[in-house]
Amino acid sequence: MTKKRLIQKIVFTTFGLISLMVVGILFAILGFIAIRGLHVVNWEFLTSMPEDGMTKGGIFPAIVGTGSLVLGSMVFAFPIGVLSGIYTHEYLKDSWFKRFIRMMTNNLSGIPSIVFGLFGMALFVNYLSFGDSILAGSLTLGLLTLPVVIRTTEEALKSVDDTLRMGSYALGATKLQTIRRVVLPVAYPNIITGLILSIGRVSGETAPILFTVAAYFLPKLPSSLSDQVMALPYHLYVLATSGTNMEQSRPMAYGTAFVLIAIVLIINTAASLLRRYLNKKVKMD
Amino acid sequence: MIKAEAKNINVWYGDFHALKNINMSFNTNSVTALIGPSGCGKSTFLRLFNRMNDLISNFRLEGLITVDEQNLYSKEVKIDELRKSIGMVFQKPNPFPKSIYENVAYGLRVNGINDRRTLDETVERSLRQAALWDEVKDNLKKSAMSISGGQQQRLCIARALAVEPRLILMDEPASALDPISTAKIEELIFELKKSFTILIVTHNLQQAGRISDYTGFFYMGEMIEHDATQKMFLNPSNERTQNYITGRFG
Repeated sequence: MTKKRLIQKIVFTTFGLISLMVVGILFAILGFIAIRGLHVVNWEFLTSMPEDGMTKGGIFPAIVGTGSLVLGSMVFAFPIGVLSGIYTHEYLKDSWFKRFIRMMTNNLSGIPSIVFGLFGMALFVNYLSFGDSILAGSLTLGLLTLPVVIRTTEEALKSVDDTLRMGSYALGATKLQTIRRVVLPVAYPNIITGLILSIGRVSGETAPILFTVAAYFLPKLPSSLSDQVMALPYHLYVLATSGTNMEQSRPMAYGTAFVLIAIVLIINTAASLLRRYLNKKVKMD
Repeated sequence: MIKAEAKNINVWYGDFHALKNINMSFNTNSVTALIGPSGCGKSTFLRLFNRMNDLISNFRLEGLITVDEQNLYSKEVKIDELRKSIGMVFQKPNPFPKSIYENVAYGLRVNGINDRRTLDETVERSLRQAALWDEVKDNLKKSAMSISGGQQQRLCIARALAVEPRLILMDEPASALDPISTAKIEELIFELKKSFTILIVTHNLQQAGRISDYTGFFYMGEMIEHDATQKMFLNPSNERTQNYITGRFG
């Protein structure tokens, strides 16, 4: 073996081992949570209220709470984010204004999520008097995901070949027609999967809901947007740090963690399956 | 008869003087090849005729571009309507990710024509004109992405023909295709000449020689020579044309 080849082999083996390590870490986390938490997860755990100072019973209200927060934040963030992504990518000419918007969007996504929580409390809970509510929590989470949604949309639009736009203009289509009939049909699989991935992120966020919606213990389901709810990530935090009987609630904490991870994994898998399916569909019809 | 004309054309992109004082006219039912080394301005010149350069933010034009004696850059001209009346075929086949039928119907649909019978008739006529009908007539609902590159390019030609263009612009339409597909496109151009006026940018000098009646040679933003193709290739008046055509530079 020549020296060149030997070096190549060593470098690639190193890269391979490091990638393997990343996968290993992921499996270690999953395994750890599964071993500690899987045995408490059953149908009853998923569908009943917490009992006995959260040492028994289930996490149903937290699942419903996280579900409604995700839904609420998406209703807010998707339309605004997608439209603004379309606007900045397709309409804005390269100018200081576009760069300014880009920079601000990037800065927005760099703000720590606890600051979003604080801001949400000040604006939605207090100033707009929504109180601790699903509405305030959803809006705060929505703000947090907005830059991600904008970015995702822009990236999806960027990946649409410019020759398609040119072809459309050359046939007398307007910009709006071109976007609606050519650009979006090509870009939407990537937009949608990006949105679904951001759902995964939102469902795990704790800080933004801390001061805006999350309840420590509330064993009933919400009936309106102005209700407080329990939420999985915050429930996990409570069980792990401030339950009434830490020893007995610990398995419940691992069970909750397992459910949270499972939800995120299911969402991510669904996103990539959907992307594959939609992209194939775009090519085929 | 003169179909299209360019008079005293100067084009700038910002400070860059891309086209310098160009005068050319194009006869009805003729094919004119625009040749010259990369960056010489021939594509920019081509795109003046459907105002695609307008999409570039720092583009500036002086001079007169006419088709059928209509000034394309006058204030009354609506760009969308103008583009609809000038067909364009691009270097890389760029069918839309839609069915073959919808690709051809696109130009009509975006201009508000949705009548089924008109669409059916136009799609068939255009595909026949583009010599593609026999190959796809049983699969009109199939995705345009599923046919070969050469077929895709003929589909793009059909798409341009569907709006009954006054002028057809082709920007290196065969440069991404294999020799057999290229031959089919060239044959097609020869057929289309009977009903249309065609301007074609090409890097392939043999191709220019085979398909065009006239050839214009561009160099560094100037139009060096414009004459009957035979004369240009056998006995050019300008030394630079001679050098380019014989492969001494470019």
